[in-house]
Amino acid sequence: MIHTEALTKTYHGTSVVEDVTVDILPGKMTTFIGPNGAGKSTLLSMVSRLLSHDGGTVSLDGTPLSHLHDKELAKRLAVLKQSNDMRVRLTVRDLVGFGRFPYSRGRLKPEDERVIDESLRYVELEEMQHRYIDQLSGGQRQRAFIAMILAQDTEYILLDEPLNNLDMRHSVQIMKVLRGLVDDLGKTVVLVVHDINFASCYSDYLVALKNGKVLREGRTWDVIHPDYLKEIYDMPFQVQEMNNQKICVYFS
Amino acid sequence: MASKTKILLLVITVLALSALFLTIDSRGNWEYVLPRRGEMLMAFLLTGSAVSYSTVVFQTITGNRILTPNIIGLDSLYMLMQTGIVFLFGSLSFAMTNAHVNFLLGAAAMIGFSFLFYQLLFRGGSGRQQLYFLLLTGLVLGTFFSSLTTFMQVLIDPNEFQTVQNRMFASFQRVQSDLLLLSGVVFAGCAVYGWRWRSYLDVLLLGRDHAVNLGVSYETIVRRILILVAILISTATALVGPILFLGLLTANLTYEMMRTYEHKWILPASCLVGTAALLLGQLIVEHVFTFETTLSVILNFTGGIYFLWLLMKERKT
Repeated sequence: MIHTEALTKTYHGTSVVEDVTVDILPGKMTTFIGPNGAGKSTLLSMVSRLLSHDGGTVSLDGTPLSHLHDKELAKRLAVLKQSNDMRVRLTVRDLVGFGRFPYSRGRLKPEDERVIDESLRYVELEEMQHRYIDQLSGGQRQRAFIAMILAQDTEYILLDEPLNNLDMRHSVQIMKVLRGLVDDLGKTVVLVVHDINFASCYSDYLVALKNGKVLREGRTWDVIHPDYLKEIYDMPFQVQEMNNQKICVYFS
Repeated sequence: MASKTKILLLVITVLALSALFLTIDSRGNWEYVLPRRGEMLMAFLLTGSAVSYSTVVFQTITGNRILTPNIIGLDSLYMLMQTGIVFLFGSLSFAMTNAHVNFLLGAAAMIGFSFLFYQLLFRGGSGRQQLYFLLLTGLVLGTFFSSLTTFMQVLIDPNEFQTVQNRMFASFQRVQSDLLLLSGVVFAGCAVYGWRWRSYLDVLLLGRDHAVNLGVSYETIVRRILILVAILISTATALVGPILFLGLLTANLTYEMMRTYEHKWILPASCLVGTAALLLGQLIVEHVFTFETTLSVILNFTGGIYFLWLLMKERKT
């Protein structure tokens, strides 16, 4: 379980994330939702130690992050940020191979190669493994990065806006892959997603943030409610149930 | 072509160029020619390797292929020191005439400056922004040092200025053998230390976030590597003088040649390319221009043009 206690981040006197205490349950998909500037990405970055925090603690299964060695942490928690422009020309397989770095320190053993093969298969990029990253489409590239995270073989996987710049088909593809990680492999997945309906249809739990504070958290089914959504986004919502999924309509 | 083959070809090139450099036009004066040229060859090997190696490492950390470690103003500091000594104590002072003292003073000043510089900057903040701040501060300080240098140069006696002018350009002729040995030990130590980080450098190419995610203690490693770079560049500059564009030229040539991201190939290749570039430059100076120009001029000319070309290319992409 990931637990944050009174987590705070301040930039020049204004807090971007303030006093956030949340529990992220293991083996579930939890999504951070909220308007722009709510502090979702900042929270995710602090939980994944990409960003230092100014107050509070983050703990992983009871141990504060600061007590864990960088190398050990990399075997338990993986994170993928939204911008992944590469300066180096890498093939898909090279990139996924980097995911084994916490184990192999750059020297891939047969065991590592096996995990790389598996990860590539899981995101269905086996045929493209020798292509260069810059030759891939947005959806393929995103899957290549997810394969790298998978090869890292961590219990916790954190992704910051994995659907950014993807069309509907690719978004669904990615969300299905992520859902599979939870259902088939028992991973704990934490996401920041902008599209409320993707959050509603795929997540187990939602954490709604606004102005750096947690406004609501709980089971997806409970949080997706017109009154709550109005409070979060400051605009009217209609919520329709279709095929046992709650769909939010907010376009007009 | 496999990376191994390319390295082998580079080794052969360097060996061939060395043989040519040692034997060409010797007119049978082996006792005179060989030791002198041997020393110069060692100087080429050491500075070529040190400058290329540190530039590659520096570019990996900064994620930028047109930056060189000189950006933090080490060249300008070197010139400021040389000019300062002449200005205060005269060109016949001990610190100017004794090569050992001059070398040690130069190296100590530059390494000390780098340490101080990093200490101040690493105290606050972290990550990418900090790196840019570091580069900008270095640039400003470099300009400041140059202005001070120019100020002193216009005040000193023209004869004294001659001495300073000699220091403005890299010279491989005035290198002394015991200094070569000392720098050799320093370089070897740094190269071995850097070699241990080769796979970490690969990961650093992915950028800070990915590196942290993969368990690299980013801040610690970047700091250590920057200090390594400072030691290498300071020693090379103290040994032969400022070489502006060499690193930029050879680092990029190495990437073009090797076409791999793996530092276990790039690092040794960069050393070979650096040595070959200096050897080739010197051969051209001696036999094409018959000493009408200096190696520095050729290097800065070629390197400068290459730099412009790189800038144009980067702008397009």
